[in-house]
Amino acid sequence: MEICTKYHGVIEAEQKDIVHFQNGIPGFLEEKSFIILKLDAASPFYILQSTETTELGFVIMNSFQFFTTYEFDISDNDKGQLKLESEQDVAVYTILNVKDPFEQSTANLKAPIVLNTKNNEAKQIILNDPRYQTKQRLFPEKAVK
Amino acid sequence: MLVLTRKLNESIQIGDNIEITVLSVQGDQIKLGIKAPKDIEVHRKEVYMSIQETNNEAASILPNILEILKNTSKNFK
Repeated sequence: MEICTKYHGVIEAEQKDIVHFQNGIPGFLEEKSFIILKLDAASPFYILQSTETTELGFVIMNSFQFFTTYEFDISDNDKGQLKLESEQDVAVYTILNVKDPFEQSTANLKAPIVLNTKNNEAKQIILNDPRYQTKQRLFPEKAVK
Repeated sequence: MLVLTRKLNESIQIGDNIEITVLSVQGDQIKLGIKAPKDIEVHRKEVYMSIQETNNEAASILPNILEILKNTSKNFK
């Protein structure tokens, strides 16, 4: 099928590449079908692109690549919803709020996207952990001299 | 909006399987107990709203976003 994307023009995608958000995501509850596109071959960034709405694309990255001490538990309820059976099937992405300059960008560590790579069921889960914020700076703010 | 008055340890029932109980009242803090089926998600309103807001902001178009990211990718490990 053809998908019109926000950043990659029109692309050809296969049904197996479609990621399903059964309940949408907060703010976009009607958006249940996305595809994950690598920004370019060398990039650590991906675009989470809606297959329905061309203009809807989030910049995401692998959560653990940048935040190496990031950790959380997936509730039994979420495991059930995603039909997760093994830890090895889990992929975790973080939505970025990209700013110019990039150093001011933030990551939403409070609400990671959990993907079951076996069945492509995904969910943005909300963590109760006070260590993680919706707008966590990627780089600590530089002290003003 | 439906408005109800409840006392300590009293509950309200929503539909067949959601029950909210007033567990304690101390000054302006009220502790609520919530019984709901597992597939009903319960969040503090302000937390849920902040996720919505952050998602909305992240989805809004920054026209030069690709350029910013490409420049960043080079020295981003």
